[in-house]
Amino acid sequence: MSFPWANNYTPQHPFMKWMDEKLPVPRLVYNSVGAGYPVPRNLNYWWNFGFMALTCLALQIVTGIILAMHYAANAGVAFDSVEHIMRDVNWGWMLRYAHANGASAFFVVIYIHIFRGFYYGSYKAPREMVWLLGVVIFLLMMATAFMGYVLPWGQMSFWGAKVITGLFGAIPLVGEPIQHWLLGGFAPDNAALNRFFSLHYLLPFVIVGVVVLHIWALHIPGSSNPTGVEVKSESDTVPFFPYFIAKDGWTLGAFLFIYCAAVFFAPNALGHPDNYIPANPMSTPAHIVPEWYFWPFYAILRAFTFDFFIVPAKLMGVLAMFGAILVWFFLPWLDKSPVRSANYRPLYRKFFYVLVFFMAALFYLGGAPAAEPYVMMSQVAAFYYFAHFLIIVPIVSSIERPDPLPFSITEAVLGHDEKPASAPAA
Amino acid sequence: MAHDAGTDTPELIAGDGVRRRDFINIAAVSAAGVGGALTLIPLISQMAPSADVLAESSVEIDLSQIKPGQAIKGIFRKQPVFLRNLTPHEISEADKVAVSSLRDPQSLAERTKPGKENWLITMGVCTHLGCVPLGAGEGEVRGEFGGYFCPCHGSHYDTAARIRKGPAPKNLEVPVYEFTSDTVVKIG
Repeated sequence: MSFPWANNYTPQHPFMKWMDEKLPVPRLVYNSVGAGYPVPRNLNYWWNFGFMALTCLALQIVTGIILAMHYAANAGVAFDSVEHIMRDVNWGWMLRYAHANGASAFFVVIYIHIFRGFYYGSYKAPREMVWLLGVVIFLLMMATAFMGYVLPWGQMSFWGAKVITGLFGAIPLVGEPIQHWLLGGFAPDNAALNRFFSLHYLLPFVIVGVVVLHIWALHIPGSSNPTGVEVKSESDTVPFFPYFIAKDGWTLGAFLFIYCAAVFFAPNALGHPDNYIPANPMSTPAHIVPEWYFWPFYAILRAFTFDFFIVPAKLMGVLAMFGAILVWFFLPWLDKSPVRSANYRPLYRKFFYVLVFFMAALFYLGGAPAAEPYVMMSQVAAFYYFAHFLIIVPIVSSIERPDPLPFSITEAVLGHDEKPASAPAA
Repeated sequence: MAHDAGTDTPELIAGDGVRRRDFINIAAVSAAGVGGALTLIPLISQMAPSADVLAESSVEIDLSQIKPGQAIKGIFRKQPVFLRNLTPHEISEADKVAVSSLRDPQSLAERTKPGKENWLITMGVCTHLGCVPLGAGEGEVRGEFGGYFCPCHGSHYDTAARIRKGPAPKNLEVPVYEFTSDTVVKIG
């Protein structure tokens, strides 16, 4: 699609020729994820997480559709229907554990995928749209995961639904009507459970659609690479199939090994025992936290215990929590450095690792109780988080002196480039 | 459309260049647009609380068994409501605080009925994100100000269920209620 030396699709079999004239789907596949898509030859393992994420999405859709055949979205029987899946349905326990842990695995992969982007500057021109669509996918994933967690209608499900819809209650004037509208009642009940089930079934297919756009937008400039130097000639690339598929296949195997270990040997390690208690609107669990993948943002929500100028603490916490993700939308323009890869950005690289440290801290603090010293630590970490994107990245990108870049990807790999300067236009 | 935008069609209204067809275009698209937009009303309002949910709007609760210092949890609109019989000490604690120093300034008298200042009736719903605060049950933590404590995000309420510390913006809501007799209260 992107480079003139890309392999051309030439169907051999008469049926494939006929197909290519009527509906060229094989051509599309060949050009997007086959031998017709040249990728940089120096892609390292951090580039394998997109493929893993796609696998996770497929896994979630398949297990989810099956679970929906046995689940009943009614507040009276939802909890029991999940126990029915666990105890009575053939292989139901495995499918449910695969789905619940599949969500966690999906988020592990996505967080690595996102931080790969932070380190290698994948969000920079000409790939801003790839990044923006990626953030949209992340937001959709969070909405889907949240609604899925409500479905078993246990204590954590119920109170998670109450707290998260309570976030909308922070909006001035219209907050409470919006909250009642979202729930279809004054508290989560049958109406809320049913609509969450409906949307939980819908959103993964919306994600599929945005993933298609994400890959489409990626294939216009082509994949980035660890040097951040753009592809110049054919010697910089290899065909996606078979070279990169093979590498993706190997890491996928490693990923599935770890994932299956979790599903079969520690299926509840990331869950909360309280969710095996049926929902009780009269009693909140003593230690209520969302699933681990929301913890950094939950820590930021809880960091605002004081009124922020005229903005009440509650609204400020909600704004900060959403802002923590929305700030990613502006990253391509906050980072002005023309050098993409942190391998050649000594100062940015240090701050990247500091961000990783504070993000890890937010992960820990979001799961900790709402008490000192955790609240104060959350405030420090939340402050640094925003400072990184809004202050440090813009300043570093304008004062930093980057290390010299290699002439080409080929030079970076081989130490020399035999045929330089035949750079194609654009 | 060979005659499209022709100036010599018989439809041309004299002088101003406006054709009758332009009017039909605008009228048809406007009607379709308004009609299309109106279909959003049922699509959106179907999500609002339904009639059966709205119907469960009042409940009567007997207070006769609640001794001073005790509280019970009732249910109103499928949410907990706290009914507390304040001790004289708790009332004086609440009255000691300067109302203007509060985040959500209200005196205990404003939050209770005249002559029934010992009956503090509030929703058991934290005004932060909707958890049920602790403090109504026997032996539960009651926070730094001796009222209610929300364990979710650490909001402390005082003996008049007013927000004193933590992220919650408002005092625990006092629902609409009336005493139907000395010992029975009707909420809603």
